[in-house]
Amino acid sequence: MDWGQIFEFSFRSALTSDAIVYSMAAIGLNVHFGYTGLLNFGQAGFMAVAGYGLAASVATWGLSFWVAVPIGLAAAVVFALLLGAPTLRLRADYLAIVTIAAAEIIRIVVGSVSLSEYFGGRDGLQEFNQSFDALNPYGRPLDLLLFRLRPDDAWVFTVGWVLVGLTVLLVWALMRSPWGRVLKSIREDEEAVRSLGKNVYGYKMQSLVLGGVIGGVAGFLVALDQAAINPENFSTDVTFFAYTVLILGGAARVFGPVVGAILFWFLISVLGNFFTAATAGVDPLISPVLMTDTQASLVRFIAAGLGLVLLVIFRPQGIFGDKREIALDAR
Amino acid sequence: MPAEPVSTRNSAAEALTALRDVPREPGSKKPDAILVADDIRRQFGGLVAVDVDHLEVQRGVITALIGPNGAGKTTFFNLLTCFDQPDRGAWSFNGRPLGRVPAYKVARLGMVRTFQLTKVLSKLSVIENMRLAATGQSGEAFLTALLPFRWRSQEMANTDRADDLLERFKLDTKREDFAGSLSGGQRKLLEMARALMVEPELVMLDEPMAGVNPALKQSLLGHVKTLRDEGRSVLFVEHDMDMVRDISDWVVVMAQGRIVAEGPPEHVMADPTVIDAYLGAHHDAALTVEEEEARLREEQASQSSAPATHEEHPKESR
Repeated sequence: MDWGQIFEFSFRSALTSDAIVYSMAAIGLNVHFGYTGLLNFGQAGFMAVAGYGLAASVATWGLSFWVAVPIGLAAAVVFALLLGAPTLRLRADYLAIVTIAAAEIIRIVVGSVSLSEYFGGRDGLQEFNQSFDALNPYGRPLDLLLFRLRPDDAWVFTVGWVLVGLTVLLVWALMRSPWGRVLKSIREDEEAVRSLGKNVYGYKMQSLVLGGVIGGVAGFLVALDQAAINPENFSTDVTFFAYTVLILGGAARVFGPVVGAILFWFLISVLGNFFTAATAGVDPLISPVLMTDTQASLVRFIAAGLGLVLLVIFRPQGIFGDKREIALDAR
Repeated sequence: MPAEPVSTRNSAAEALTALRDVPREPGSKKPDAILVADDIRRQFGGLVAVDVDHLEVQRGVITALIGPNGAGKTTFFNLLTCFDQPDRGAWSFNGRPLGRVPAYKVARLGMVRTFQLTKVLSKLSVIENMRLAATGQSGEAFLTALLPFRWRSQEMANTDRADDLLERFKLDTKREDFAGSLSGGQRKLLEMARALMVEPELVMLDEPMAGVNPALKQSLLGHVKTLRDEGRSVLFVEHDMDMVRDISDWVVVMAQGRIVAEGPPEHVMADPTVIDAYLGAHHDAALTVEEEEARLREEQASQSSAPATHEEHPKESR
């Protein structure tokens, strides 16, 4: 077994495409769930409307990439307003139901045959990122000691982490302000906040829009990373992985989503690569009686699920969380 | 803006003078009403929870709203503060009609409420609970929030005010603790202090004494009286009769959703309608020997016919 290769693959996976996308998606969820207490189970929907907003504007309607970016973000804003308007006055669980359903609706609509001339059906859309690639300053592969990146991957890598960094900065600046304090208070008890003269509905809407737009940027990164977009990028498990990332890192912590994403993808990748290597070849480390090489790639998700259960039992506050805060809930 | 607090004055005597000539009857006119409610009705299915013809609350005094369980006091409270909408009726605060006004705007107008079950923001520190309540914070707007120099000085002024209040309510040692770690009584204090950060003209307290130990009760009483000294008006719902007698200038009695009596505490507590409302009509009518025997027989008959209920009796009496 080649441990060097296993770790090279794992570090690559922990620091590139998926980790960047999930950092971004989980930062959005952190604004919703971690700070405001909004149960958004449709982050994949926000990613999809923005990602498809960008891709279809260029690939289908032939607009400029730089016009398509604000269109994608605007689509995420509209999506947030549509979901929030009827549900944010109601109890928290209504938003959860509506968002999970809406995200599925979006995924099915963009994948539908009858709209395939606009969204490309199950094959999705390609060739929308030429303007983005044209700005790529990397002429040669980027060597990062642990692994090497091809020029176009290096460009997405750079832009992705810069965007994640800026978003973390934005969330940090907002959450230490009186605005962020109102959000955190709404998470604790919205009636109390209302009784003190704050427009709770307005703040919840602002939070939903902000987190949704951040999710939208995650959708952009999905599209740019693959130079393609298709409905399967936005299935329901995307949202749940993003929640796992958030809880792993620690909800309501500025760096929680980023560290959570890196760790999550590292662990998933180490497990996946290990089991694949251990079941491959003529005389595998793990006997085919126990596990075949086709099963190997799925076992990592079983292990990840087990890990999540153990995390919630033994460290519910996540990596950055404060144990005392969790203890308060038990009162 | 709310009235400036005036510290040294005999507000209790002033309140007495102001209310001297007010007739002791439900729905009486007050010389200077801060809150006026007319024909308020709230129904939950077939149950009429609140059906108030007219109520005026005098400015600058402590008014108690009392009544047996299920009288509709808290529902009426929710309606007045716009946390619930009545099926019909009109009410106004400082002459401003409040029908269809969202609850948060009511607070901004100067009418702030607390809750029967205290609502502290558990995972925020005590001082953050206080800071939140300050009104007109520029840093609460999304874009301004990103420019700390636009809200820093205001935040510091609010913090100073919050610290003064915490000191007054003896919570200054808990300043940095999570509000969720406070005891029940301390939570009541924090909620009251937090309400004062809004600088309300009318403070609405929903059962401020529920679950508070006797020692803390005394200090809470003092705090409520101080509100009146500062020129604020207080309307509170309470079950604790000692408290009602001790601090209220005027008492409004509700029963079955209606206002059945109004007046100064000693007058109201002697009122037979009030005693009836609390204890049921004819509770004190003497039984003749025959009646007593008849009841005894009834009781025994029902017990022997239903042995199951007989067994449950000791449990219930515990």
